[in-house]
Amino acid sequence: MSPNLLLVIVVGVLFAAGVTLLLERNLTRVILGITLLGNGVNLLILLGGAYGGPPIVGVTPEPRMSDPLTQAMILTAIVITLGMTAFLLAMAYRSWLLTGHDNVQDDVEDRRIRERAERDQGLAEPDDEEPAATVAAGAPR
Amino acid sequence: MLVLLIVHLTAAMLAPGLVRRLGPRAFYLLAAVPAAGLGWALTHTAAVRDGRAVAEVYPWVPRLGVDLALRMTTLSWLMVLLVGGVGALALIYCARYFGAAEPGLGRFAGVFVGFAGAMLGLIVSDNLLVLYVFWELTTVFSYLLIGHDPAARASRVAALQALIVTTLGGLAMLVGIIMLGEHAGSYRWSQVAATPPDGAYLAVAVILLLLGALSKSAIFPFSFWLPSAMAAPTPVSAYLHAAAMVKAGVFLIGLLGPVLAGAGPWRPVLLAGGTVTMLFGGWSALRQHDLKLLLAYGTVSQLGLLVVALGAGLRDAALAGAMMLLAHAMFKAALFFVVGIVDHATGTRDLRELSGLRRAAPALWIVALLAAASMAGVPPLAGFVGKEAILDAFLGGAWWERLVVAGVVLGSALTVAYTLRFLWGAFAGKAGVEPRPVHRVPWPMLAPAALLAVAGLAAGVFAPALDGLLASYADTYADPGTYHLALWHGLTPALGLSALVLAGGAVVFALTARTHGWRRARLPVDGGTAYERAMAGLGRLAVEVTGATQRGSLPVYLGTILLVLVALGGSTLLAMWPLPGGFRWWDNALQLVPAAVLIIAAVFAARARRRLAAVVLVGVTGYATAVLFVLHGAPDLALTQLLVETCTMVMFVLVLRRLPGHFSIRPLVAARRVRVAIGVAVGVVVSGLAYAATAGRQAVAISTAFAEPAVSYGGGRNVVNVTLVDIRAWDTMGEISVLLVAATGVASLVFGGSRRLLRPGRRPPLPAPPRGQVWLMAGHTLDAGLRSPILEVVTRLAFHTVVLFSVYLLFAGHNAPGGGFAGGLVVGLALVLRYLAGGRHELDVAAPVDAGAVMGAGLFVALGTGLAALIAGGEVLQSTLLDWHLPLVGHVHFVTSMIFDVGVYLVVIGVVLNILRSLGAEVDRHELIERAVADARREEELV
Repeated sequence: MSPNLLLVIVVGVLFAAGVTLLLERNLTRVILGITLLGNGVNLLILLGGAYGGPPIVGVTPEPRMSDPLTQAMILTAIVITLGMTAFLLAMAYRSWLLTGHDNVQDDVEDRRIRERAERDQGLAEPDDEEPAATVAAGAPR
Repeated sequence: MLVLLIVHLTAAMLAPGLVRRLGPRAFYLLAAVPAAGLGWALTHTAAVRDGRAVAEVYPWVPRLGVDLALRMTTLSWLMVLLVGGVGALALIYCARYFGAAEPGLGRFAGVFVGFAGAMLGLIVSDNLLVLYVFWELTTVFSYLLIGHDPAARASRVAALQALIVTTLGGLAMLVGIIMLGEHAGSYRWSQVAATPPDGAYLAVAVILLLLGALSKSAIFPFSFWLPSAMAAPTPVSAYLHAAAMVKAGVFLIGLLGPVLAGAGPWRPVLLAGGTVTMLFGGWSALRQHDLKLLLAYGTVSQLGLLVVALGAGLRDAALAGAMMLLAHAMFKAALFFVVGIVDHATGTRDLRELSGLRRAAPALWIVALLAAASMAGVPPLAGFVGKEAILDAFLGGAWWERLVVAGVVLGSALTVAYTLRFLWGAFAGKAGVEPRPVHRVPWPMLAPAALLAVAGLAAGVFAPALDGLLASYADTYADPGTYHLALWHGLTPALGLSALVLAGGAVVFALTARTHGWRRARLPVDGGTAYERAMAGLGRLAVEVTGATQRGSLPVYLGTILLVLVALGGSTLLAMWPLPGGFRWWDNALQLVPAAVLIIAAVFAARARRRLAAVVLVGVTGYATAVLFVLHGAPDLALTQLLVETCTMVMFVLVLRRLPGHFSIRPLVAARRVRVAIGVAVGVVVSGLAYAATAGRQAVAISTAFAEPAVSYGGGRNVVNVTLVDIRAWDTMGEISVLLVAATGVASLVFGGSRRLLRPGRRPPLPAPPRGQVWLMAGHTLDAGLRSPILEVVTRLAFHTVVLFSVYLLFAGHNAPGGGFAGGLVVGLALVLRYLAGGRHELDVAAPVDAGAVMGAGLFVALGTGLAALIAGGEVLQSTLLDWHLPLVGHVHFVTSMIFDVGVYLVVIGVVLNILRSLGAEVDRHELIERAVADARREEELV
């Protein structure tokens, strides 16, 4: 198959922009990045299928049809992206309710473990420290 | 035997309830369960004496070679007696040992009975895999019993230690079992024994099996867990750590011995390990001040002796070992019971604080004396018979036998010494120590100890009778032996050694009681220290590895993943350089327009500072993608993409209205450059991979063959739609399930716990929803400033038409662009219109149903179609063509997969409705509440 160079470039740009946003700390930007990546992936799959007329019997002669299998896959992917975006948006909203912003914070537990490693300490005993949960729980806004 | 096991299991499950109802008295009832095991074994005494095995077989997992093959031979008969007898007595003892207020007593009772059942199962399992299961069950129950008091740190640490050490050994043993079983082609010991392997294979298997046995029986270097396990309540120590669990290892050695004793590592490992353990345990026991610890180290020492006797692989030694096994269980359990009574009666177990107990509790003293004498090997008690038999068995004259005899004599002398220390420490009157006040000793606590002590005497006196029973086990060893258990063999060398042991022990006790310097002597190697170092090292390693790899920062994780993608994908691309040629610039020159729009929008979206601008730009890329779909020949995709993109934009706006207009963080320039660099690298690599994959493709697409069957089998001309609802219907099934889960997640994130988050307390009531089902009552529910008359008018005009159009899309989708997804999304957008025009109450009027019910109904319909096909004799989700000729209507053509698409349609409607309810209506409500709270506060401040 001969690739469509224009689509290849479009896919590359969508991935570059999507990844740049994905690496942000702001959850809204992360979600926008995922949406861009989603479009990029869909076009990437489209590239793998043949170009042609709509795959509808009677409208396009069979040899000139575009690939229906990749289209079925992309259709599934589009709708799933909708569900995922909704979920992430709800998460951003909840993060805003809880903390007053929608930035992804570093994990508190992980930071504690890192500090133990820097102090050359072993595993924490349950009696040693108060449970991290009480420290980590953010006060309501 | 299976019945017995089931009785144990049932009793274990009923025990907590019984204890709750009856208090500690329930233990009397529970004692009947192990006692039943004892009674059952006694009824089979005749069979055992004749050397016959009692066997039962029930199939379990035949394909893995696992069956419930239960088999009681002489050795297991002996163990059933001990486990049942001592178990029953320990439970009786518990009834008075624990007060009614003891926390967790119900659980304790259940676990104790469960342990007795597991031990019984272990003993009678002929299938080695089943034996392993019971083996680990005893480990788990023992963990729970040692950790009976979860508040005490010592108890937790000891429980964990016992668990880790014995499980580690158990795992090694499992490998050994599998090696034996795979070689023999059967996991039944009675069959494995017939065809044991040989050479290095056997040696490895034996070492692995012995690791399990030695760790379970606390043989050096695994001895350390047993004394720590004394954190458990005393009845547990008496039962598990004297009579039952630690004997599992000894039992295993006795079981395997007749067949495997000839293997290379068997004798050296067991004889050396046993002897060292015996000496180490005896020596350590002399150092203890806590009576219970003294006995614990004594147990370690005695286990060493048992391992020496049963590990020698000699007929006479095995006979002696069996006798010693019986004797030890009786005297050690009795002595632990005595320690528990002393603890109860005086409040201490420290022998430096005890004085004059012999006078205060004479009955207890006699019981203790009888049991202790058996431990020391004083005639005419069972301990004497066993120990003398062991000495006699090793008087063969080989160099290693001499070493063993020396070890046994020395170890037994130490045993005599710590026995004396025990008796002296617990009962003697000591100068300068005030006799402590003594509570009355309840008879249910003393009776079990007394019974066991007297049994030890009886077993000694009637040793010749026992000889007839135990010999049938000893005779399974290959070498000839003629020894008989008896009190009096004449003036033999063994008798001389026994006398030497008693005298030597007394001397050792007299010496050690006066001097103190020897106490500091320790073994150079110590399993306990090694264990602690290993655990601490493991903890350090875990902290370092976790600290190094788990940075807790999402960008770092994602960046790492993406860089790996760049490295792997990039190097693959470079390896196949130069890439194949033959590309086209474009398929259709029109593609240039949307492509250019898309590229510009994407770049600006990544740079946008304002949220709304970024959202709109991303939306533009989505619409441009839809146009690219059309130009590629994919009208279904374009339709769905347009609808989804619109839905997504609405969702974004619904959430963003609550968030600040600008992105809060002004990222550092350096960090931003890194992000852009990674982004560009990923973009380049993915482009390259896309190019290479497409250019390299040579096979014909599988979907070229879809068109014809789509019409003839699927009954539709739109190949994409037939693919979704028929050819790849399972994918669609999975997808709608994912949608349902995501929508449920959205609802729980928005609804869950919002009351607490929104500052409870004084909250003014919100305006009530309007009554009646009047269309677009926005005037009553929305602020005038929020109303849009044009939107209201358009909505009035368009809503019904749009919904009707969605139904057309749904049913036309089989033959033209459309289908369940597109139809459902169109209904969703119609609902969005109603919501935007009329506010949150309008949504309830437009769709007076629960979103979850709609989604559930959709899934039900889709699944129902699949199942109906199955019931009708086809495959799941297979579709059927139906053609009717109806009068008046004419020819009707119908495909069952259409019903599946209706399910999809319903699920999508439900998902959009759910999202609107959550991100729309519920967020509205949050906003109203906050505004109302703020207003109320402002009024308060004004007043």
